[in-house]
Amino acid sequence: MCLAVPMKLIEITGKGTGKVDSGGVKTDVSLMMIPHARVGDYIIIHAGFGIEVLNPEEAEIRLDIFRELAAATARLEET
Amino acid sequence: MNPADESRTAKALAQEIGEICSKTSGPLRFMEVCGTHTMAVHAAGLKSLFPDNLFLVSGPGCPVCVTEKRFIDEAMLIGQQHDACMATFGDLVRVPGSFGSLATFRSEGGTVRVVYSPMDAIDIAAAVSPRPVVFLGVGFETTIPTIAATLKTALARGTENLFVLPAFKTIHPPLRILAAKEDLHGFLLPGHVSAIIGSDSYEYLVRDFRKPGAVAGFEALDILLALRDLVRMAVDKSPAIINDYKRVVRSEGNPVARAVVDEVFEVSDASWRGLGLIPGSGLALKGPYARFDAAKSFPVEVPEAKDDPRCLCAAILTGAKTPDRCGLFGKECTPEDPVGPCMVSSEGTCAAYYKYGAA
Repeated sequence: MCLAVPMKLIEITGKGTGKVDSGGVKTDVSLMMIPHARVGDYIIIHAGFGIEVLNPEEAEIRLDIFRELAAATARLEET
Repeated sequence: MNPADESRTAKALAQEIGEICSKTSGPLRFMEVCGTHTMAVHAAGLKSLFPDNLFLVSGPGCPVCVTEKRFIDEAMLIGQQHDACMATFGDLVRVPGSFGSLATFRSEGGTVRVVYSPMDAIDIAAAVSPRPVVFLGVGFETTIPTIAATLKTALARGTENLFVLPAFKTIHPPLRILAAKEDLHGFLLPGHVSAIIGSDSYEYLVRDFRKPGAVAGFEALDILLALRDLVRMAVDKSPAIINDYKRVVRSEGNPVARAVVDEVFEVSDASWRGLGLIPGSGLALKGPYARFDAAKSFPVEVPEAKDDPRCLCAAILTGAKTPDRCGLFGKECTPEDPVGPCMVSSEGTCAAYYKYGAA
């Protein structure tokens, strides 16, 4: 029920409304709760509303952690 | 990440979890509070990676599952007696009340409109005016702001035939009850609820109960990472709240969303299936928004609901029992013909067990 998905904000269409795109599927959403969202941001959509803007730095940090773990496992696999 | 690296990462995390768990002889029991996590854990088969002494039990974080039968009964009576059109999220349509579900109501000529966004209910109200439209208000902190924003819009537009039947729930009060349980050693905290309420809001788990919590995203690796942090904190006896979903969850949450909620709602008590009445765990419409309350606008006599005494949903919702302990599970109670709400909701523990097996 609390399912939410990231989609890219491609247009601000009005006061507190925007258009998002996910793999070519475009949808209108409310930006009422994320007034700081900018075109190009990935936003987390739940029930037609943006509830948060994805933080790209934090997303990258997470990937770094995982890449490091994967690399360590790969080294073990080689020995 | 490519699939090979994902699997290597999972392997590394699972190994680390195993190493930490081997430092203790006793069982380590954590609760995933959120139904979306329940589904993700089962879908990814994560339990097959756990060491023998690590247990993950499901909690009360599936809004459909904790909604009492009485709510469905009241909705159907309002629909029948006031010729109301029901607007709802899809999850609720097949939840059985005392005399059938909304699907029954629809098959008997009632109007049920499934919406993706609560905002759609405003358009439905305009289309069927003057018939009343009743939105079934079920959900946690992720969903509640979307309802509040919808009612704010309806008030501004002067929509007069839209109502909400409120059964909203907030996660902290039941979490406090569960945190007091000796046999739970920490909590996998809900990602999208936390996006609204913030990871700082769980500090009481550490302060009052000395229990660790980790806010987790919904991909398999997110959950494994959070579990690694949980087992480490539990074994080291160093409880803290760790935010493992920082790409979405801020420590302060989303204050704009909370302000919309505070404008429309005030704290009230709420009844939970499995936990009973929990003071301060619900929300009631306040001020100019009170006129949207369907329960007050359309009073109906709701007979006392009777649950099937053999149904163990109540114990399952608090992590006390697993679905395979229920005599109805998989026999009289299946996703096609459910008896209890944990089997109806796609995020219910029983539905997850049924679909993916216990592992």
